Amino acid sequence: MNKLSMILLLAGALGVSACNNPDRFGAGGADGAGGAGGGIMSAALGDPNDPNSPAYFNQTIGDTVRFAVDQSVLTPESQNVLAGQAQWMNQHPQYNAVVEGHADEQGTREYNIALGARRAAAVQEFLIAQGVSPARLRTVSYGKERPLAICSDEACYAQNRRAVTVITVGGGV
Amino acid sequence: MTPMLRTLCLALAALGLSAMPTLAQNGPLRIVIEEGVIEPLPFAAPGFLAENPSAAEFADQITRVVAADLAGTGLFREIPQSAHIARISNFDAPVSYADWKAINAQALVTGSVALGSDGRLNVKFRLFDVFSGQPMGDGLQFGGGSGNWRRIAHKVADQVYSRITGEGGYFDSRVVFVSESGPKDQRLKRLAIMDYDGANVQYLTDSSAIVLAPRFSPDGNRVLFTSYETGFPRIKMLDIASVTSQPLADLSGNMTFAPRFSPDGGTVIYSVEQGGNTDLYALALGSNQPVRLTNAPSIETAPSFSPDGSRVVFESDRSGTQQLYVMPVGGGEPTRISFGEGRYGTPVWSPRGDLIAFTKQNAGRFHIGVMRADGSEERLLTASFLDEGPTWAPNGRVIMFTRESAGAGGSAQLYSVDISGRNLRAVPTEGAASDPAWSPLLP
Repeated sequence: MNKLSMILLLAGALGVSACNNPDRFGAGGADGAGGAGGGIMSAALGDPNDPNSPAYFNQTIGDTVRFAVDQSVLTPESQNVLAGQAQWMNQHPQYNAVVEGHADEQGTREYNIALGARRAAAVQEFLIAQGVSPARLRTVSYGKERPLAICSDEACYAQNRRAVTVITVGGGV
Repeated sequence: MTPMLRTLCLALAALGLSAMPTLAQNGPLRIVIEEGVIEPLPFAAPGFLAENPSAAEFADQITRVVAADLAGTGLFREIPQSAHIARISNFDAPVSYADWKAINAQALVTGSVALGSDGRLNVKFRLFDVFSGQPMGDGLQFGGGSGNWRRIAHKVADQVYSRITGEGGYFDSRVVFVSESGPKDQRLKRLAIMDYDGANVQYLTDSSAIVLAPRFSPDGNRVLFTSYETGFPRIKMLDIASVTSQPLADLSGNMTFAPRFSPDGGTVIYSVEQGGNTDLYALALGSNQPVRLTNAPSIETAPSFSPDGSRVVFESDRSGTQQLYVMPVGGGEPTRISFGEGRYGTPVWSPRGDLIAFTKQNAGRFHIGVMRADGSEERLLTASFLDEGPTWAPNGRVIMFTRESAGAGGSAQLYSVDISGRNLRAVPTEGAASDPAWSPLLP
């Protein structure tokens, strides 16, 4: 737990609010690309080569799966990623997760919330089928409110139609 | 019916705006219809007279707001004061119709403003049909605190609009909306309320949590909205006077969104998500016992009551894509009403009951449109990269909605359009704005 203690310490020092915050590890894939803020967070997340670190979960396994337009079906590639996520969660019971569902901007606001919820639930169901306890998983939909990529064409939309598994410290869900 | 009213009715009927029969042309017609565009009715609004020196500034400002309200409808055109021949020097003196006729003013609005030592304004106005040489209705006066001078002006303009069009007014009303700032991937959102014309903005929440889609109660005193302050989308209810809000009910464990009040204000209908499936529920205010209205594996959301409270229109993707359905208020078999190409969402029943406004997506474009409650007579009023979320003016003649521009620098702006598709205009707001909801007419 030394590493975890360090994470919490750093998170506290950075003013990241405490438990119940689904964004506590930096909104999942949002910091994976290593932007200005991403550099700071990945120090706190540990080494992506350390299989016990959140960074390993986020970056090496991959915390994000993508969806086709208006779909919530998991592709074979997505299932591989999620199988890795489930295995990691099964090996690290001290973590829970919030699965965030997102949609691209090509839809009305409320429908997109419902669509994002479908995507998050598809991931949740897959993780449960792989042995993760339902009690460790929650879902939230952001609809089109939190795009990852901000252009208005398919290159960005494809990145925004996603579900991100955001791991949190146990007991916080 | 005066010639002026007859003229405007003729124009409205030609646009499909009114069920009134098209009348034979007689009297002085001044509205010319060419390719579906009506010539706005010219009016004169000479500066309202100040009955005491301290009222002068108010008199001037009130005149400007009355004229702006009328001209903003697209149905009226102001003849600038510089073109006036006659001067009004006494509110009660007879009107020299010939002088107003000479500048082709069909309607004449005169007024006077007094400011009492107690800080209260008294505003009188009269409306004249210049070409028939008669007053239209009796003069009226409105009293109120000087801080309410804009509202008084809107009430005058509502009277003028109503007397000439035969429709209810909508100027003395407010709009609650989401004020937006920050970059597209980290948008900050907060609830705000303003007059229908963008004046008197007041913020109702801070931007610490995402807030979405506010909706007025029928009395205009409360607002339902969706907030992420718990980390999950949940419906809250806000009291405007005290600017305090609370969760709608203890609906733990679920995402709740898309709320709307019943016409009597006693029930809220909304969407609940469970296990990836979204259905409609109704909750009587004061109870903690939601009633499930739909039970399908598809997405059911964006419900809106008919104004008589007997039916609900909503969107569902049970057919494979988003479409509009109507069901009895207590649930039951829904009837699909949208059958055109593309997808339909965010249906909102007109306060008059005659039309349902919606968002349509087709071939990569978004539209605001209206259709009859049975789905017939669909017409699209707008087209853009992203138009969504219509809300009705209290008189059911004008729609406000969100238009979002494309790209990394894209942002949202409020627009209004009338139900003929004419008079599309941006609603002025300080910054980016989305999700408007129009209040009822203020008392």
